[in-house]
Amino acid sequence: MRRGAVLLVMALGGCSALYGPQSSAMGQGMESAHIGNLFDLFLWVTVPIYLGVMVFLALAMRRRQARVQGAARPEQEAGWRLGLVLFAVTSALILFGLSVATWFTDRTIARAGAGPALSVEVIGHQWWWEVRYHDPVAGRELRTANELVIPAGATVKVSLSSPDVIHSLWIPNLAGKQDLIPGRTSDVVLKVPKPGEFRAQCAEFCGLQHAQMALPVSVRAPGDFAKWYNAGLATPPVPGGGPEFAGYSLFTGRQCASCHNIAGTPASGQVAPDLTHFGSRTTIASGVLPNTAASLDRWIADPQRVKPGTQMPQVPLSPEERAAVVAYLESLK
Amino acid sequence: MSERTYLRDGPDLTGAALHDKLARTWGDRPGFWGWAASVDHKSIGRRYLVTAFVFLALGGALALAMRLQLSGPQKALIGPDRYNQIFTMHGTTMMFLFAVPVMDAVAIYLLPLMLGTRNLAFPRLNAFSWWMYVAGGSMLWIAFVLNAGPDAGWFSYVPLAGPEFSPGKRVDFWAQMVTFTEVAALAVAVSITATILKARAPGMTLARMPVFAWSMLVVSLMVIFSMPSIALTSAMLMADRMVGTQFFNPYEYGDALLWQHLFWFFGHPEVYIIFLPATGFVSEIVQVFTGRQVFGHTAVVLSLVATGLLAFGLWVHHMFATGLPRMGYAFYTAASMAVAVPSGIQIFCWIATIWTGRPRYRLPMLWVVGFIVTFVAGGLTGVMLASVPLDLQVHDTYFVVAHFHYVLIGGAVFPLLGAVVYWFPKFTGRMMDERWGKLAFWIALPAFHLTFFPMHYLGIMGMPRRVYTYPAGMGWDTLNLISSIGAFLFAGGVLVFVGNALWSLKRGEAAPADPWAAHGLEWTTSSPPAPYNFAHIPVVTSATPLWDPERPVTRGLRVEDREVLLTTVFEARPDLREPSPMPTLWPMIAALATTVLFVCSIFTPWAIVIGSVPVGVALIAWFWPKDRGPEGEPVVD
Amino acid sequence: MSLPCRVSLLPLAALTLLAACGRETRDFSNRMMDSPHRGAKFSGNAWRISNGARLFVWMNCAGCHSHGGGGIGPPLMDAKWRYGSSMADVAYTILNGRPGGMPAFRGKITEDQAWELAAYVRSMSARTRRDALSGRADEPANVEPLPLEKRRRARAVTPEQDAAQKESSKIEGTGP
Repeated sequence: MRRGAVLLVMALGGCSALYGPQSSAMGQGMESAHIGNLFDLFLWVTVPIYLGVMVFLALAMRRRQARVQGAARPEQEAGWRLGLVLFAVTSALILFGLSVATWFTDRTIARAGAGPALSVEVIGHQWWWEVRYHDPVAGRELRTANELVIPAGATVKVSLSSPDVIHSLWIPNLAGKQDLIPGRTSDVVLKVPKPGEFRAQCAEFCGLQHAQMALPVSVRAPGDFAKWYNAGLATPPVPGGGPEFAGYSLFTGRQCASCHNIAGTPASGQVAPDLTHFGSRTTIASGVLPNTAASLDRWIADPQRVKPGTQMPQVPLSPEERAAVVAYLESLK
Repeated sequence: MSERTYLRDGPDLTGAALHDKLARTWGDRPGFWGWAASVDHKSIGRRYLVTAFVFLALGGALALAMRLQLSGPQKALIGPDRYNQIFTMHGTTMMFLFAVPVMDAVAIYLLPLMLGTRNLAFPRLNAFSWWMYVAGGSMLWIAFVLNAGPDAGWFSYVPLAGPEFSPGKRVDFWAQMVTFTEVAALAVAVSITATILKARAPGMTLARMPVFAWSMLVVSLMVIFSMPSIALTSAMLMADRMVGTQFFNPYEYGDALLWQHLFWFFGHPEVYIIFLPATGFVSEIVQVFTGRQVFGHTAVVLSLVATGLLAFGLWVHHMFATGLPRMGYAFYTAASMAVAVPSGIQIFCWIATIWTGRPRYRLPMLWVVGFIVTFVAGGLTGVMLASVPLDLQVHDTYFVVAHFHYVLIGGAVFPLLGAVVYWFPKFTGRMMDERWGKLAFWIALPAFHLTFFPMHYLGIMGMPRRVYTYPAGMGWDTLNLISSIGAFLFAGGVLVFVGNALWSLKRGEAAPADPWAAHGLEWTTSSPPAPYNFAHIPVVTSATPLWDPERPVTRGLRVEDREVLLTTVFEARPDLREPSPMPTLWPMIAALATTVLFVCSIFTPWAIVIGSVPVGVALIAWFWPKDRGPEGEPVVD
Repeated sequence: MSLPCRVSLLPLAALTLLAACGRETRDFSNRMMDSPHRGAKFSGNAWRISNGARLFVWMNCAGCHSHGGGGIGPPLMDAKWRYGSSMADVAYTILNGRPGGMPAFRGKITEDQAWELAAYVRSMSARTRRDALSGRADEPANVEPLPLEKRRRARAVTPEQDAAQKESSKIEGTGP
């Protein structure tokens, strides 16, 4: 992918996004690397074919035959007929070859994804991502939302489902996309050799805010991942005082607790993103805003202005109350 | 029964006297009611063309709105609700209300002229189909103007389009518009199939039939096999939304994926239904402007048939990301690649025709060259999309948007514009201005590539489809801006084309019967043709009748009644005389009654019961047998 | 029917379509809440009713009222209203609770969410314009729905039934 795409790009002036965090050209995961190689192959086959047809057309257009209207000379016609047969057979063979290459790539990807794997479940909602990590220890499950953190070097099997409409998880740098279809479970296998920060996005039209349903994907060194995971399993303490405590009281006493869940507090709503360790996330509202105090205040003040159609209502809070809630949420590391 | 003597177009009745009598028999009454009652295929073909181009303009305006909104990151011109309606309406209008009807339009107008007969096989059904098409399209656009336009995408996936996630009547209008256009398309398909098989001029064997007629035969059969799927599916969706069935509800043993299978079983043949008539245009234009019959005529015809058949085995390639078994997908990869072979064969044959002929680069030929340059690129990105792993990266991204615009605009619209220029003299009696036409071409072709080529990159660089905005800092800004500029330039080119057409209608150079030195039967009629098409039904002895030294005709058809000559299917020997219907308002009335039934059934199921009464009455009146004198006179050679 | 009569049906159809404005508006800036006619605006708006249907499940109204048929709480699908059936009455009931056991949801949901719920509740007894009603919900049952693959036996309604079915399927060998 890299070689072919870079060549074309340099020919046309360069696009920096090919190297960005949401690009299928980078091949930084096992699956996307194999797909990238296959794409290179297709590019090396199809571009010369296109140029060849254009040359053929150009040559044809330049010829001016003094020919009687209607019939070409029989022997010339026979030559062309042979050419047609050769063309048909060659194109069929090339396409067959590309099909076989496709099949081999598919098989390689499937085989590379076999074996013991970390099991993660991603559940798509309108318009956020719920993420659950299955722990081999019974009764333990790390639940988070709008972030996917995986260890580098390990095989991660992400199973996908949706309770509402069809979504699609697409992490272009790492793997192809898979749809999240209500009533079915499917999966995608991630195997990323090196750490990095990436951005995934929903790739199946799912309603009003399909455009703003992104998912930050963080691939970390195994040690960092373990640290994050264990921190995630821990229950954050109830704040002792100050604005965080005021925010905690407001959060658990007002509308927030009806929908959101924060472990270790009375807020146990199941229908909105889990906020237990919200402070350590990089974005708000599934990739729409960066996670800063100012953005969070803006989000809570009027979610509809940031993400019109979102299911989070405009909760009536005075600016001071809002600041307290923001302080509390940002303290949940 | 007393013997009546009939006036016939025999050796003793020719020339102006014959013309007067035939014109009176086959002409329409003047005024609005004459127009509304017309069953003349030329009148209906013209209506279809104008209506289709109106919808093209409307759909194009929506495209410009989208490109304006996407020209920069996080623009606030159009909010998500309106944008979702706009992209849904754009796709729906272009696919259902422009692409298929415009190909039908040209076919309806041209086929009787190309095949040497006086009207299509079922003229009243034809008229009915246009009224249904206009009604369905108008209903959809009125709904859109009133904020009730569909907003779930042109293929309306469930459960998003189901009752829980698409509240209100928006998707119901979409589903019912599909019903309207499917009825119209099926009616036209039946009419065209019967015309091609039975109403050709004597001596026009299937081998001598124009390639465009072959493409319409294949397309009409494809319509008959694929459109019932979408009609059924949209009815199932309406039933789910309105009367509580559970076809697509996974929580009650329905299946969300069922929709995708049923839709794409129609949806994939649909794009070939749009593309194959365009290949017919290209064959016709290339033949005339190179002065020879298309190289590999048999191969071209077989490619049309092969494409039509293969098209039914590809639909799962729209569902590669849904998690179906991978070995099954391998079949669809192979089939989707295989369908490129017949198209490639056609391209080879056309280029070979140019090579071995004497090319003249008049305006229609320019559009054909533009077609080849563009369509081949689109076909090759299609080969990429056929591969499952590649598709898993670029499915539902701007790469796919680029691909299908390359094959639809490059593969269907460019030949269509060439065909419009080519047949404009025949339809209107005037030539389109060549210089303004060339200007339109040289604006539109580069602008098209400027608009859609960057989208390949955007898709690879991670930009998904159907997004009303995108964040800043993704690196997508410049390419989107370039694409938007290209879109407006392309619209400019199309406007120049349309302006040229409108101007040429009034002030274009008068056209003779055969301005291009062509070879088909349609060029023997006047420009525009008389209401009766041919004074005497021609007899055909080769595939290029106008290039033959002799042009025999038949005699003996009735002059004071409408009568067409039917021939046998393969050899085209004269077989039957068939009375052809007189103008009548009943198709319009039946369409009106059906429209009321369909529209009201969006609001209440009782409309089906109550509304079927007027429909039944209209149909009975339409089909009431008329005394036309003894039918089935023996045909005498 | 003669032609003039048929033509006159078209304006009727157009009028029905014209009524779309009220039914189809999606109001993201809550202008409907500030309108003096918000009762009519909410109750005839398909999007608000749909949001109310979603909240009905989210806030577990079905826990007492089932899906309109009633259980612990009174049925909502019938014509008997203890505390009034207008939009304002129902919204008040939801926000402030009522004697007899209806809890107050003020502070647990916002006011416009309560009005959306009121619109949905009234739609259960078709107390609203017919064209704003949905044909059905996608999720009529009261339990977490199972994916298709897991659904090889009849759905259990309570955890005990589920455990019992698992036991029996282990014996029969037809379990998941």
